Amino acid sequence: MVAVTSPGTSARSLPLILARELASNLATPMFLLDAAGMLVYFNDAAALLLGKTFAEVGEISSLEFGESLKVSTLDDEPLRRRDTPSGIAFFEHRPAHLRVLATTYDGVRRAYEATSYPLLGATGEMHGVVAVFWPDEPGDGAG
Amino acid sequence: MRARVWGCRGSVAAPGPDTVRYGGNTSCVEVQLASGHTIVLDAGTGMRPLGVAMADEMPVGLHVMLTHLHMDHLQGLGFFRPLFVPDMEIDVWGPASPVQHLADRIAMYLSPPLFPVHLDDLPSKLTFHDAPEEAVTIGSATVRAAKVTHQGPTVGYRIEEAGRVLVYVPDHEPTPGGSLRDVPAEWMSGNDIAHGADVLLHDAQYRDHEYGTHVGWGHSSIAQTMDFANKAGVERVMLFHHDPYHTDDDLEELVKEARARWLGAEADVDLAYEGMTIELDDRGTRILRG
Repeated sequence: MVAVTSPGTSARSLPLILARELASNLATPMFLLDAAGMLVYFNDAAALLLGKTFAEVGEISSLEFGESLKVSTLDDEPLRRRDTPSGIAFFEHRPAHLRVLATTYDGVRRAYEATSYPLLGATGEMHGVVAVFWPDEPGDGAG
Repeated sequence: MRARVWGCRGSVAAPGPDTVRYGGNTSCVEVQLASGHTIVLDAGTGMRPLGVAMADEMPVGLHVMLTHLHMDHLQGLGFFRPLFVPDMEIDVWGPASPVQHLADRIAMYLSPPLFPVHLDDLPSKLTFHDAPEEAVTIGSATVRAAKVTHQGPTVGYRIEEAGRVLVYVPDHEPTPGGSLRDVPAEWMSGNDIAHGADVLLHDAQYRDHEYGTHVGWGHSSIAQTMDFANKAGVERVMLFHHDPYHTDDDLEELVKEARARWLGAEADVDLAYEGMTIELDDRGTRILRG
């Protein structure tokens, strides 16, 4: 009587759409990864931080994005993708927070607080990751 | 397929002399498929007269597909005669919840003290399912649901049969407080199911000047409705979920605003009304004035 057929067309899921809606209304720098690990959006506040708009960066893999920012620990030890807050949120489906060093598109390397959490849907399915960044206060010895 | 509107009022039933042309019953649309199956979209108060009409001839397969569980979409369920037919098999679909099964949520209404009969005591055989976010086949149609922005877990439905597409999104505020004008279509809530539809039944609760005091209530302004329909590339729009405070005359002003925002022909935007019948088949789409 009822048979499952082919899945629907690909489209942004509602949790991701709602996260983008929230981000676009905030002055907090916010980044969105989708369930495949692609960077699919960052808001204007994040663009100010990075030195490029989302339209300029475009959709890229979070791996490529992380490499372009040269994300490391405060001791300048390179961080594997899965050890960054976004990586932990993406691979382990749990929130994470870390102070990191990163180099933005204007070439400035500084310390940031980074918090990420997974977007898990009503039935536990993964929709993506929200990552929030904000710069450490200057003079905190981080960089 | 043939869709008939049995209720298109939003929020609460609004019978009376000011609503006779478009009707006062809340959301309920019957969709008859070529295979003989029937899909009932939502269980508002329009479901009561639908159940009466069905009593003479029950469909070969009956599926009730709920967009969400607000009372105006559920209140008719307890008065739907097929529920009281012994051993009648009915599939009930609704949005998934991480905390409570669909049957348990519906039983919050269909049980004392809110209703005299408990859901478990009905003589029909009900089977409950989460709304299908991957396409399922029901008779001669495929049906798919997608979550949309409203208050609480809510879905819309896309029904495809013989190359024709009917989409039902009665409760939807696609961008609370904002405009869809600069939002890419792929980032619009509901676009996944609505894109390219032959007919879209969509929330049109507020005129633009009313929306400012209702931001976040889960319903669309006319600007949002029509921006959504234009961007989704639908062929025809039926304005649905009429505000209970809107009289027939108010609605006829509202549809003028909608047509002014529509990029297609004026005749392709209309107000849903009780008795409206929409036929979709290989000859196209026809509105039969009921």
